[in-house]
Amino acid sequence: MSEKKSRWLISLTAVALAASACGGGGSGGGGTDKSFSYAVTEPEHLTPGNTNDGQGLNVDDALFDRLMTLDPTGKPLPQEAESLTSTDQKVWTVKIKPGLTFHNGEPVTAQSYADAWNQAAYGPNGWGNNAYFATIDGYDDLNPSDEKAKPKTDKLRGLKVIDDHTLQITLTKPFSQLPLVLSFVGTAPLPKAALSDLKGFEQKPIGNGPFMLDGSWEHNRQIKLKKFTGYKGPRPAHADGLTFKIYAGRDAAYTDLQAGKVDYDDQIPAAKVPQAKRLLGDRFVSEPSGTMDFLEFPLYDKAYANPDLRKAVSMAIDRQSIVNSVYNGAFKPVGSLLAPIVPGYREGACAEACTYNPQAAKQLFDKAGGFNGTLHLMFSNADATYEQWMTDIANQLKQNLGIKDIVFDKVQVSDYLTKLSDHKATGPYRSNWTMDYPSAEDYLTPRCTPPIRSGYDGVACLDLIKKANAAGDPQQAQQLYQQAEDVVLKDLPLTPLWNWRDQIGFSKRIGDVKIDPYTTAHLRLETVTVK
Amino acid sequence: MWRFVLRRLLQMVPVVLGTTFLIYVLVFALPGDPIRVLGGDKPMPPSVYEALRHHYHLDEPLVVQYGRYLLGLFRGDFGETLNGQSVSSLMASSWTVTAQLALTAWIFELGMGIALGVWAGLRKGGIVDSLVLSGTTFVIAVPQFVLGYSAQLVFGLKLGLFPTVGTDDGWPYSYLLPGMILGSLSLAYIARLTRTSLVENMRADYVRTALAKGLPRRRIVVRHTLRNSLIPVVTYLGIDLGNLLAGAIIIEGIFNLPGIGQQVFLAIQVKDGPTVVGISTFLVLIYLAANLVVDIVYGALDPRIRYE
Repeated sequence: MSEKKSRWLISLTAVALAASACGGGGSGGGGTDKSFSYAVTEPEHLTPGNTNDGQGLNVDDALFDRLMTLDPTGKPLPQEAESLTSTDQKVWTVKIKPGLTFHNGEPVTAQSYADAWNQAAYGPNGWGNNAYFATIDGYDDLNPSDEKAKPKTDKLRGLKVIDDHTLQITLTKPFSQLPLVLSFVGTAPLPKAALSDLKGFEQKPIGNGPFMLDGSWEHNRQIKLKKFTGYKGPRPAHADGLTFKIYAGRDAAYTDLQAGKVDYDDQIPAAKVPQAKRLLGDRFVSEPSGTMDFLEFPLYDKAYANPDLRKAVSMAIDRQSIVNSVYNGAFKPVGSLLAPIVPGYREGACAEACTYNPQAAKQLFDKAGGFNGTLHLMFSNADATYEQWMTDIANQLKQNLGIKDIVFDKVQVSDYLTKLSDHKATGPYRSNWTMDYPSAEDYLTPRCTPPIRSGYDGVACLDLIKKANAAGDPQQAQQLYQQAEDVVLKDLPLTPLWNWRDQIGFSKRIGDVKIDPYTTAHLRLETVTVK
Repeated sequence: MWRFVLRRLLQMVPVVLGTTFLIYVLVFALPGDPIRVLGGDKPMPPSVYEALRHHYHLDEPLVVQYGRYLLGLFRGDFGETLNGQSVSSLMASSWTVTAQLALTAWIFELGMGIALGVWAGLRKGGIVDSLVLSGTTFVIAVPQFVLGYSAQLVFGLKLGLFPTVGTDDGWPYSYLLPGMILGSLSLAYIARLTRTSLVENMRADYVRTALAKGLPRRRIVVRHTLRNSLIPVVTYLGIDLGNLLAGAIIIEGIFNLPGIGQQVFLAIQVKDGPTVVGISTFLVLIYLAANLVVDIVYGALDPRIRYE
């Protein structure tokens, strides 16, 4: 996802911008316009079941409510659900609040959810969030293993609409993290109008959230929303409207923020952070996010098969100095596979293996037999900073481990993930993970479930994850997830580098800005007021 | 004359066919798999992968894909982007932006460039001449993105004379600043070209004859010398219009104008074939048309040029 997320146009940091006054006044001009604007890049999709890019999810967060939501500590909380219960973590019963409607007045029922999930889970639709429904019983019938075959059915067997407000979900295996998954925007319901015209719906989605579309999606320009006056859910909008202004890149968005033309920008480029701090004062916020960067090793290459060598490389990297020089100190070095905002995160999970120690690294490196030949470092050309930090890593490996010959393998974005999936990596490469929901499970499952890009054998760790998924007690589940994390960190098929932070700035026009990393848009859109 | 135009138009058919095929093959040959890019770092189930490959006909051989594309073209269907948008509507909106930007830049460089060139050329060696020469050298030497960011900072952010980014204020206001920056480089070339050409022509025999016959200098410059001097300038302007329309990725990026430069750039990154081919085909047509217009204008400027 991040490869796409960071499709920023050009990163030319040319002019040293001098301090400049931040011109107030918003787009509307007159005092009656109580709507605010949020900077995004062009979303890929807006139909929830198909939307898996960060920008589209931001917009959908305003348009759609889900069964669950997350509180400011990351715990699941009912949104449209009245209750979500299970005795065995396998069969779940959802009660939906009565009286909720879509923007077109249609009531939200158990069928609205079943319809949405069936659409997303139906393989031939090719929807982006298909994989999220793989835990539901009957998924395999909608996604036959012979890809050319037509599925037998287009309805998930595990979904049973008991009455208008009761939905029974049967999973293939116990899965304690389901409430978290159901807070994901991709699980939002669809009205009947969507099913008859999916193409039209994508351009003009009808949701059930606090804001509704005002007009339709104006590609590459803006998506204009207004307050949904018939909203009966738990998060009514305070502002009269919300416009997602579409920018081609973060530099342009930040320039507009300075000019007072956009009210909220959560993608201030790291290079502009010192200036933004000076200009915006307490209207600049640096907020931890769920996104992580890793350096992953191709275990199928004999040169990297020895865990000690991987550990030596990991210990030879001075994460803090790289973060300081490339990201202006805006990102945070981590020693865990989980982002710090995820419940169950332990600061020193990786212990000495992720701590900078050049002497110990060199000893371990020599013990492991050193490295012969040319070391390749691989990354994509999606963002200019990748080459900057890879350069730092290369220098540190040369200096601390004495590897003489290090070259870069800079790969076209469209080819990068293909090469990794096909096990064609020429050396350690950049790997990235963006959070779907704040659960250790979301970070660990992809590390241990085959096919794994690094070629890592994740059986031991997958076993622990399965046990955790089945655990009814959250405390016990967390411990099991942590054990699974320890297994991966001991083998170190990938080493954590740093956790991203959102660099957020907002204008003087808006108040009650509640920034919350657990909401999809990282901002509680409904609470924002306009002065 | 009309036969000439007709022949040139007919010649365009094989050129367009050939270029679309070439571009199609080149996009096809780009490394990578666009469907994998859609999935990003998240796992994509095989069923979804197959469904998408089939939807975009990526599971068919190149020739079949191209044939399908051509058939669509004849029906006026440019296909679908990888996000499921129609390429035609994407092109309509982005071409509007680019055309407005390019025209603004073009009018600016044409008007200012020729005016400055004539002014400097008639006062060769004077203060104006030196100013124009040094000014244009400066513009040529400074990279465009530096000019772009500086102008945005000073005239947009600090002085608030122009919108900083975006197209919200419509044409011409939103396009003035980016248009002037985009046209500045060509303006410098045009001013210098006009100046040199004019200086040369002012020394020609026919000017001396005209002077001897007692024609006023003004009339000599406007009716005779300028017309002759403009031939290289017109050639340049014609080709430059094509260049400007070919998308100003950098300027469009700085000023957040959603034109074709940006679209092509993004499409190439993710190997979005229909978008790249659609926009490029249009570009080829524009180049061909611009060249044709240049050839016709030659005749108007210089009666010695005949169309055969």
